[in-house]
Amino acid sequence: MDKVIIAENLSLSYKEFESIISKANFSIDAGSFVFITGASGSGKSTLLKSFYGAITPRAGSLMVGGVKMNKISTSKLNFLRRHIGVVFQDYKLIKEWTIEKNVMLPLIISGYTKDVSGAQVQKLLGHVKLIHQAGKYPPELSGGEQQRVAMARALAHNPILILADEPTGNLDEYSSQVIWNLLEGANSQLKTTIVVVTHHIPSEITVPYKHFHIELGNIHEVS
Amino acid sequence: MKSLKNHISLIVALFTVLFAVQIYVAVDRTIAAYETRLKNDYSIIVVSNKTFTPVEFKAMDNLVERSEAIATDQVLNRLQGEMTKQNLDLLKLTLPKFYRLYLNRFPTPSEIGKLQKRLQKHPAIVRVEGYAQTHDTVYKLMLLFKDVVQVFSIAIAAVTSLLILKEMRLWQFQHSDRKSIMALFGAPMWLRSAVLFRLAIVDAIIATIVLCLAFFVIDQYGWMDVLLQTVGIKIQLFNFLNDGVRSLLIALGVAIALTLTIVIGNEEEE
Repeated sequence: MDKVIIAENLSLSYKEFESIISKANFSIDAGSFVFITGASGSGKSTLLKSFYGAITPRAGSLMVGGVKMNKISTSKLNFLRRHIGVVFQDYKLIKEWTIEKNVMLPLIISGYTKDVSGAQVQKLLGHVKLIHQAGKYPPELSGGEQQRVAMARALAHNPILILADEPTGNLDEYSSQVIWNLLEGANSQLKTTIVVVTHHIPSEITVPYKHFHIELGNIHEVS
Repeated sequence: MKSLKNHISLIVALFTVLFAVQIYVAVDRTIAAYETRLKNDYSIIVVSNKTFTPVEFKAMDNLVERSEAIATDQVLNRLQGEMTKQNLDLLKLTLPKFYRLYLNRFPTPSEIGKLQKRLQKHPAIVRVEGYAQTHDTVYKLMLLFKDVVQVFSIAIAAVTSLLILKEMRLWQFQHSDRKSIMALFGAPMWLRSAVLFRLAIVDAIIATIVLCLAFFVIDQYGWMDVLLQTVGIKIQLFNFLNDGVRSLLIALGVAIALTLTIVIGNEEEE
């Protein structure tokens, strides 16, 4: 099976002598659903950041989608990011853009026509039950609604990999359910690889998944 | 309101640069017109013992555009009552020839000196009178004025460019959230900064329109025309086609160059 992410002796840190992740070895198969758990401050989010190039490995090697992340050029990183969908805990929506335009962002970046983008955005806003909010701005929506918008944006360009950082952290039950359904749907129907960083694996997950746990800078697979 | 304030700051700064450049152009145009007027009015008087043709004068110095003989009949006619015909004929024979030389441009004082020396080398030429001093004082004043305006224009353009740079840094900061989010989805630098470029281009166009309007008002009131006409000059202070296009290109150039400086500088910092 193809590997989307391969880490060999991967070490991550923000300061020179302070490793957050130390000599990690793991791989993630294409089309799999993966949870990464760990206590607060264990390095879950840092690891996820390294997958989309927001942090560079200090030692070892990391390959994402066949691209070596250690000394990646800006153009290569941009290219890779155009094939990844990211859901952030703090949503990261553009406040001065409408909901519709926020969802359209990856499609604008990938150069899709307005017609194609418009149709895709309408479909996704329907999936996240926000079609009636399309013309509103992020601050006008609740946290749950904003996260559903972020989810729709992550799916807009049919990425090969979706990275989600605590996607349902502070959400109500309804919004959480919508998000898990979408992630499961993308994984089972579109064979999109999903990597979710969370404190707890939700009980409502129905698809088969892999589970990695981080403790004291070490990553191990939980069977 | 905040955004409008930002726009106005950049528009005013760009307008100031354009206005400084246009004032310099107008002064340059005024001096060129004054030079033409001086050239048309100015001539050199040559006194000679023999008759010269215009071609001969032209051959002596290529600064000479044309020449004309000054008729002596009028002077001699006045003396008719006071002198006998015999003496008058004698005077007519011995009277030197007077010529007025017109030049193809207004010369510098050293050029006049050289021309005078060259003409005086000819054995038949008795005297050359340049009358350059009176013209030269005004001309030198105008050149001094042009230099002062040039220095001021450069100073204004430099200070204003720094202000624009500062303003754009503020824009960069205001748009940093949006830019970092776009970067997370793989937007290239030009796309992330597209808004900055769009704002800069729109403001450059508005600044040019304001400049055109300002000169249209000046033209309508006509007080500059009156001032210039008192020194015998008539020029077009602002040509809406040529000057308008040039101002737009300058405004766009300044705005885009400064936006690029900010954007590239910021990319390197990141």
